[in-house]
Amino acid sequence: MRIRVRYRKHGKVRFTSHRDVARIWERALRRAELPVASSEGFSPRPKLHFGLALSTGHESLGEYLDIDLYEPEAQTVDLAELPELLTPLLPEGIEVETLAVIDRGDLSLQEAVTSTSWRIEVPDIAPAALAVATDALLARTTLLVTRERKGKPVTDDLRPGILHLAVLGATPPDAPEPGAVLEAELATHPRSVRPAELLAAFDPPLAEGRVCRTHQWITNDGATREPLAPLGAPSPAQPEARAS
Amino acid sequence: MAPKREPVTSAYMDGLWTQLEPLLAKVAKPARYIGLEDGAQRPDHDPRQVAWLLAYPDTYEIGLPNQGLQILYELLNEHPDAVAERTYAPWVDLDALLRAHGLPLFSLDTHRPAGLFDVIGFNLSAELTYTNLLNMVDLAGVPVRTADRRPEHPLIAAGGHCTYNPEPLADFLDFVVLGDGEEIVSEITDVLAGWKASGRTEGSREGVLRALAGVTGVYVPSLYDVTYDGADLVAVTPRYPDVPEMVEKRTLADLGDWPYPKNQLVPLTEVVHDRLNVEVFRGCTRGCRFCQAGMITRPVRERPAEQVRTMVAEGLRRTGYDEVALTSLSTADFSGIEKLVGDIVRSTDDGPPVSVSLPSLRVDAFGVGIATQLQKARRTGLTFAPEAGTWRMRQVINKLIREEDLYQAVEAAYENGWRRVKLYFLTGLPTETDEDTLGIAELARNCVALGKAHTKSPSVTVSVGGFVPKPFTPFQWFGQNTVEELRRKINLLRDDTRKSHGVQLKWHDPKATLIEGVMSRGDRRLGPVLEEVWRRGGVFQEWNERFDLDLWLDAMAAHGVSPDWYAHRHRTEHEVLPWDHLSAGLHKDFLWQDWRDSLAEVGLPDCRWTPCYDCGACTGYSIEHIVASATPPAGGSQGTGQDLRSSSVPVSLLARRPELAGTTPGVTP
Repeated sequence: MRIRVRYRKHGKVRFTSHRDVARIWERALRRAELPVASSEGFSPRPKLHFGLALSTGHESLGEYLDIDLYEPEAQTVDLAELPELLTPLLPEGIEVETLAVIDRGDLSLQEAVTSTSWRIEVPDIAPAALAVATDALLARTTLLVTRERKGKPVTDDLRPGILHLAVLGATPPDAPEPGAVLEAELATHPRSVRPAELLAAFDPPLAEGRVCRTHQWITNDGATREPLAPLGAPSPAQPEARAS
Repeated sequence: MAPKREPVTSAYMDGLWTQLEPLLAKVAKPARYIGLEDGAQRPDHDPRQVAWLLAYPDTYEIGLPNQGLQILYELLNEHPDAVAERTYAPWVDLDALLRAHGLPLFSLDTHRPAGLFDVIGFNLSAELTYTNLLNMVDLAGVPVRTADRRPEHPLIAAGGHCTYNPEPLADFLDFVVLGDGEEIVSEITDVLAGWKASGRTEGSREGVLRALAGVTGVYVPSLYDVTYDGADLVAVTPRYPDVPEMVEKRTLADLGDWPYPKNQLVPLTEVVHDRLNVEVFRGCTRGCRFCQAGMITRPVRERPAEQVRTMVAEGLRRTGYDEVALTSLSTADFSGIEKLVGDIVRSTDDGPPVSVSLPSLRVDAFGVGIATQLQKARRTGLTFAPEAGTWRMRQVINKLIREEDLYQAVEAAYENGWRRVKLYFLTGLPTETDEDTLGIAELARNCVALGKAHTKSPSVTVSVGGFVPKPFTPFQWFGQNTVEELRRKINLLRDDTRKSHGVQLKWHDPKATLIEGVMSRGDRRLGPVLEEVWRRGGVFQEWNERFDLDLWLDAMAAHGVSPDWYAHRHRTEHEVLPWDHLSAGLHKDFLWQDWRDSLAEVGLPDCRWTPCYDCGACTGYSIEHIVASATPPAGGSQGTGQDLRSSSVPVSLLARRPELAGTTPGVTP
């Protein structure tokens, strides 16, 4: 049986890395005494499948993890109680929101997710000035960036990957560095556009304040949904209205 | 989590977190500064309670696993009159950002400024971290020199193995604790609570330090005068009649009374020794003459096996770790170790796989037999520490293992599926000849040859460290080898092993060995050197890539002290040593006799299983070994009282293994 877990990562714990979070989950699942399936061989590892990595320091309202459970032991697990069981076993700031059984034949999270939405705080800039810069960026037809890959320079165009970009307003009062807030939807295929790359593509480049991944989206045959709907939302089977 | 309740006078109602947040986004591995570990406590700070900040003067990943710090953290938070938080040395990137933004060192638990605590207690385990201590004190906003501190500043304290000679740090430490910390932290808390209640008035610092000097195990360096005659130290004497002439270490009578840590911290990010650790005994009486830990932690105090089993079972359940280490200075010597590990392995049979490890493997087949039981999977490498290359040299250092013991251990390792063997050695030992040094290469080659019968390309890694003599060991009188001499010996080994297929040689930088040696047996005249090295940016000197010998040599030259005099000079019998006014219980004449025996190549048996030779550690404090079994463990000759010179030492390979195998069905993968 494969279950998909949706969780949040926010607050101090956002400074843990993707690898750290993987180890945190392994320990939490052992403590929960769930029948997590393991790989074969001399160093068996639990079969956990993580979605797109979240950069160290970024928060998220929608992180996902697929967990394989052994049959038939999985039948004895009360899935409805699992979020309340798991959250106390995780560090403060990682909270399980919901989970559901998924089809083993489903695409992996890394393959299935087509775009992600972000809320990005930009320090030291007024919302109006950020709006001007945003319009200028969106007016460009190409945004070429060059990066080193396996020792060779590779040039990509980021522009097609910027699906939505808008200024939400000034940063909230609790922001450590006052400024303005950007909302962005960034594609993950053919390659992921990272928030840091987006900020660097502005002219002049923007500084990065707090960053939060608000959603991950699966667009399939024109219908868009989240890998697992948040609590209180329509069930994942029903396509949900897109945020942008 | 209960809401925080801080004194309203605090300028930092919410700690420093909001100011730190933007900085953490800019530094490497920010998870080391967030706290939040399972087992972490976020105490309410009540002005009536003594607030301890427990500090480790190295990075989080090195410091977090430190069991001593974790034990005190729990005990102090259980104490009605104390709270405790933790801090570790911020890496240079965060250090620079904190200073640029005018922010101080902070606690990890509530991100509270370090200067708001009543006492900052450092764990000192390595000489090269001394400058980190100065840096952390300064970053806390506290003057580095005790003489410049005012009543509003926290007291700066230290404990740990290096405090058996704290003299190089005497200018910077308000007080020092010798020995086991479990009982004494409570007594110190009582004294500090009185100081705090009195309002920490002008001039009260001297009073509280004077009171602390009355607690057995506490040393207050500023209450002693030091007399020199030219270069020679003549005396270290108390300035007041109520200050003890000799400061005695503290020793727990029974480890079984202290089942700590009960809630071992589970870090959110990678650290060294990232596993459950259960201390199975404290102290060691093998009597290896180079080993300070084995001398200062006597006698042997075993934890009851039943308590070990409980701590392992509860620890695994609580933490979610899949590995547990049974820690001590020589775990294979624990009474009934086979039964204990058998029980632990069996108890984890039903659940997910758990690996059990013994961090210190004894050099004999018995140790390998246990390791084979424990390491169900991933038999990649095994490590042994013969320490010296010839039997003569091993008699000098009292590491009484014969070549046959090592070969049988290595043979057993290869037989049981291990492919790599790592051997630890010291070079620069007293009386060492080139023949002894080259004996290391010879042993390694013989081990490779043994492995050939079992695997196509056996690999033996030889790791060589330069020997640094330590206080309270029989070698405290020995002048250590120069950097050039150590380098020559390493080159001898390099040339000799160049064509030895399967032998890989690794070595530690002899340059760092020199500074460790200077500090290890140094005196108060090194204080200005430490301060200058720190002021010139010499922090994290224990990190290879940051160690800067010239910085140290320049500072020593500037302050007129000679590294040669401190490190390379042999001491004489009646010379006053800088730590003579401190006591680890060991009689100085016992150590001197053991030093003479060493030069005469005479070994000394383990007093756990043979009659007492009165080193002083038990008799002086009216305590005894607590050992469940009076019989030496099976297998190998190491310290078991067997006739080491006869050709028929009864070493039987995996002596009692059938019994163990019988009690642990289903162990083999």
